[in-house]
Amino acid sequence: MRPSVQEMIAQSNGKKNKKIIEKVIPIILFLIASVSVLTSIGIVLTLIVETITFFRRVPFFDFIFGTTWLPFSNKEAQFGILPLIVGTLKVTLIAVIVAVPIGISAAIYLSEYASENVRRVLKPVLEVLAGVPTIVYGFFALTFVTPVLQAVFPEIKIFNAISPGIVVGIMIIPMIASLSEDAMSSVPKSIREGALAMGSTKFEVAWKITVPAALSGIIASVVLAVSRAIGETMIVSLAAGSTPRFDGDFTGSIQTMTAYIVQVSKGDAGYGTTIYYSIYAVGFTLFVFTMVMNILAGYVSKRFREEY
Amino acid sequence: MRYIEQQTVVKRMNGRLIANSIFKYIFLAATLLALLALVILLYRIVTQGAGHLSIDFLTNFASRFPEQAGIKAALIGSLWLMIVVAPTSIILGVGSAIYLEEYAKQNRITNFIRMNISNLAGVPSVVFGLLGLTIFVRAMALGNSILAAGFTMSLLILPVIVVASQEAIRSVPGELRDASYGMGATKWQTIVKIILPAAIPGILTGSILALSRAIGETAPLIVIGVPVIIQFLPAGVMDTFTALPMQIYDWSSRPQQEFQTVAAAGIIVLMAVLLFMNSIAVIIRNKFDKRY
Repeated sequence: MRPSVQEMIAQSNGKKNKKIIEKVIPIILFLIASVSVLTSIGIVLTLIVETITFFRRVPFFDFIFGTTWLPFSNKEAQFGILPLIVGTLKVTLIAVIVAVPIGISAAIYLSEYASENVRRVLKPVLEVLAGVPTIVYGFFALTFVTPVLQAVFPEIKIFNAISPGIVVGIMIIPMIASLSEDAMSSVPKSIREGALAMGSTKFEVAWKITVPAALSGIIASVVLAVSRAIGETMIVSLAAGSTPRFDGDFTGSIQTMTAYIVQVSKGDAGYGTTIYYSIYAVGFTLFVFTMVMNILAGYVSKRFREEY
Repeated sequence: MRYIEQQTVVKRMNGRLIANSIFKYIFLAATLLALLALVILLYRIVTQGAGHLSIDFLTNFASRFPEQAGIKAALIGSLWLMIVVAPTSIILGVGSAIYLEEYAKQNRITNFIRMNISNLAGVPSVVFGLLGLTIFVRAMALGNSILAAGFTMSLLILPVIVVASQEAIRSVPGELRDASYGMGATKWQTIVKIILPAAIPGILTGSILALSRAIGETAPLIVIGVPVIIQFLPAGVMDTFTALPMQIYDWSSRPQQEFQTVAAAGIIVLMAVLLFMNSIAVIIRNKFDKRY
């Protein structure tokens, strides 16, 4: 005979481990969720501890205000980070010049002009562009963009800031386009229709209504993209060269913060050498740069959001 | 008196309409320019590398001679990497998502965890490499093994999986939950038997996309010290290995022109793997889309 429901309930209440499971599971899940917090703490601690060791050997002010980066010099190694920062900013500047107009234009086209069908085709293609590994972009910069640039401007060297800059720009276009498009799409339709009814053209609606209304989201998307460009590693390692320089030249070999970390990791700088600790100091600087950008993006999109 | 000056309006209207159509095409051109970049990129790589693709390329080890260079060690190495990354990152990611969506109370700690996850997503991958180098390679003495690289990559893609899983769990309708509680199920039973099965397509799609990011990621591997020239296959997770993007990076950075062809062939293999994973994700998404 099958047990009645009452019997089943009684049986089930008798199982002690069920109650234990209900108590233990949340604790386990909490521990799992705290892994991400531990990761952040791990990153910050790692960077700080190793950077402190670095600053025991290299004075702090020489590091942040020094204009010569010569870590591999046998006589007197110099660790002034400004050349690496300048290199990073050169690439980022070119990337922004390429990506911001194209990204925002694409966002305006997708949110204001494109029909539903066109959008359904274009958005996934942009996602593909975002999914291409950066090593592939690096190869593309080195073997295609640089030779093309050299054919047009012969003074450009094989390693330069322009080619990786352009390709980093291509890489961040999807990010700007899709985040800006999200911001523009969330502008209520009624405002647009109001402007259209007053006799505005579509362009005037886009330029004078949608873009200003979505401006906080657009700026946030650009700031996030800049943060991504600053942290980009493989494109600059392959195509930008390894010459840290404190000047305004874009056509010759430069070095970015990320490319320096790769250069040292690739070689065999022994554990415990000043060069070994220098990658943490550079990594920490890079971390601070990207963190500031990310926090700024969050602040802009919250603080200046137009509420409807 | 007229409120509208007909003549001025007519005069300005032309210019406005012209500006309107010009800008429409400028915006369209910008969008197409981005797509053109993708097309050129793919076309260049396929035409450059297709000639070098062969069965030998897939079954040979790396070599000093470009014509003999193969990708076997890297391909198998990337698979080994996935064997570590997939379970680690999915368990951590889905566990975090369940906690945040089902158990977490609205308090400071929860907010902190949420904020932390979104900040973690913005940390450059090369910095994750430094974390892996200190914690996994040195402190836990795992060396430049598959395990050390796998753990580093898992932490790198963790935020992506958490966010995707959170969205999937959130989209499970409340009635299912209520019905399950109504039948006398406990919270954990509801999660395991009702919510997770319903959320699994979304979780899988997000996880596969995150894993495909891990397969293409190079910078953390370089920082950890993953070697390139490997003439044997790893036998376990504690062995050293090399991976597809490492191998491609090495070939691309060699001065000889011939190695660029090899690099392009390697990229085709990498992109084929990514395409395969992404199609699985799309199939899962389409198959289970909008069940509720």
